Amino acid sequence: MDDLIIAGEKFSSRLIMGTGGAPSLEVLDQALAASGTELTTVAMRRLDPAARGSVLDVLRERGIKVLPNTAGCFTAGDAVLTARLAREALGTSWVKLEVIADERTLLPDPIETFDAAERLVADGFTVLPYIGDDPALARRLEQAGCAAVMPLGAPIGSGLGIRNPHNIELIVEAAGVPVILDAGIGTASDAALAMELGCDAVLLATAVTRAQRPDLMAAAMREAVRAGRMARQAGRIPRRRYAEASSPLTP
Amino acid sequence: MDVIVGGGVVGLSIAWRLARSGRAVTVVDPAPASGASHAAAGMLAPVSEVTYTEEPLLRLGIAALRRWPAFAADLTADAALPPGRTGAHPSGPTAAGAPLPSGGASLGGPPAGSGSAARAGGASGPAVSGPGKASSHGGAAVDPFGGLPLLGGVPAEGRDVLDLRSDGTLDVAFGGDDLAALGELAAFMEKLGLPVERLTGRECRRLEPMLAPSVRGGLLAPGDAWVDPRRVTAALLVALERRGVPLVRERVAGLSREGGRVTGVRLESGEEIFGERVVLAAGAWSAGLADVPVRPVKGQIMRLRSPEPLLGRCVRGMVHGTPVYLVPRGDGELVVGATQEELGFDTRVTAGGLYELLRDARELVPGVTELEVADVVAGLRPGTPDNLPIIGPGSAPGLVLATGHFRGGVLMAPLTAAILQGEEGDLASLCSPARFRDIS
Repeated sequence: MDDLIIAGEKFSSRLIMGTGGAPSLEVLDQALAASGTELTTVAMRRLDPAARGSVLDVLRERGIKVLPNTAGCFTAGDAVLTARLAREALGTSWVKLEVIADERTLLPDPIETFDAAERLVADGFTVLPYIGDDPALARRLEQAGCAAVMPLGAPIGSGLGIRNPHNIELIVEAAGVPVILDAGIGTASDAALAMELGCDAVLLATAVTRAQRPDLMAAAMREAVRAGRMARQAGRIPRRRYAEASSPLTP
Repeated sequence: MDVIVGGGVVGLSIAWRLARSGRAVTVVDPAPASGASHAAAGMLAPVSEVTYTEEPLLRLGIAALRRWPAFAADLTADAALPPGRTGAHPSGPTAAGAPLPSGGASLGGPPAGSGSAARAGGASGPAVSGPGKASSHGGAAVDPFGGLPLLGGVPAEGRDVLDLRSDGTLDVAFGGDDLAALGELAAFMEKLGLPVERLTGRECRRLEPMLAPSVRGGLLAPGDAWVDPRRVTAALLVALERRGVPLVRERVAGLSREGGRVTGVRLESGEEIFGERVVLAAGAWSAGLADVPVRPVKGQIMRLRSPEPLLGRCVRGMVHGTPVYLVPRGDGELVVGATQEELGFDTRVTAGGLYELLRDARELVPGVTELEVADVVAGLRPGTPDNLPIIGPGSAPGLVLATGHFRGGVLMAPLTAAILQGEEGDLASLCSPARFRDIS
């Protein structure tokens, strides 16, 4: 499979993992290994990067690049502050920008997200914003200098799959930066669909960490992302209504 | 002699069990019963806590729960023994709590600082309860702290001094999504052969009328129990004192070694205590003394107080994807817990932590907002990579590990002590330190 390139950095895996929801570090570690991921996002709020034996150590041990995120922030101000603390602590200027509008839906707040993105880009960050499936916002964020855009398939943790594949296609069509489908993945076919729609990568956590057998689901996601990417590149056949009574059998 | 490093519920239980079997032991801890055991809610709930991938933890938890009644009975009896040789304490009703070697931990009284933390009358006199009003839990007006038997030798009627209760845990769901998730969990539990009952929303509220009206359904684990960990550690400290076990209130700076062997501990004062075995039961601090994969996982927890108990059993549920639980005590205390944070050795109580606990607790039981805030603390759970404890011989001779109990120290304490006595071979292998290659 061809490499994924974000901000000039190459990844041979197109599956980006999150760490939330795992019952134990060991289960998480096995799932990460099975997923083949090379980039994993970690919530920085209420995490001390210096503490021994935490999730960050699991990632370091596996040689997985850490993508700090601003989960739990409700304002651009909180997000910028969290990103700065993460940069200082982890020595990476990459950040998955996540500004939540409310606790019930956990949908991203587009205005706060854009505001924070502008400030973080100006501050030298490599910004990967989590957004709704809004093609206009995706385009504006790209213009603002974001290194990728991360539209949702469905709300975080919902496992509802991709609710609006058409919008995801529109975002992909217009994007000059990688499009990473983030949130909503429930099972392997959802991840494959994201790739078939033309996304450059998929980010997921709960679908794996809360599965009955996380390592097995992680392996399934790995294969699904590969399969979806290959299908996209192969070019699918046009859809036809096979059962229509317009067969060549008529004389 | 054995040196036990750590005076939390695990270390004290081990020391007590060893002392009962006639072995000489010394416990070393700068502030016994003040760490995770002091913060813990004391849920003995292996069934309602089970999740995917954690069947081994379930096996341990069920075995541990089975040991609790006998453990509690023996401990209560032992703590009521007449004072031993070392029990010569001043008997005045001093604020230092002289009759008890328990530091800040009072026997069932309100938490230190929120009232009388001391017992008056000396070790042989009757216990004096705290300033709280007697509750009518269980129908009969009883000593709210059930404290009499511990020091007076007279069992309080119908009340266990440790507040050990086994009325089950009720796991509740609000939205349809939560209910479906609970249904899946129930199916998993049934597959494991666990005795759980599915309840409708109305059945839940018949059991617990203070639950929010929007509760859609629940899952009752009738065999789950709970205990007041502060009473347990206080009773353990009394029992150890009665048996003449020395308690050294100092921090262990390191292990003493000779050749490849661990021969004792080095205190911060420079003094050494030698023993045939050193049992490392230092919880989250264990990794500072030996190479064990134990990390601190911070938990903020809140104790509320009401004149009457609000709930009859433990209630738990998911709110915004975070679990919250409420544990009622017989005296009207209601424990709300707990956050789970990876912040190293940070024990600050934060605004966000308390806000989230209360916000979530209020979703389950709206009436909690009317209660008095009695106590807020943060403790450090000793987490391991697989959430299972590390119990058994360390790789250096002379060193024994009993740490990494994560969220289950109170539940597992009796089992841990038994494993160190050579019992439960099957379960012991689940906890074996050998499963981590880098154990020293």
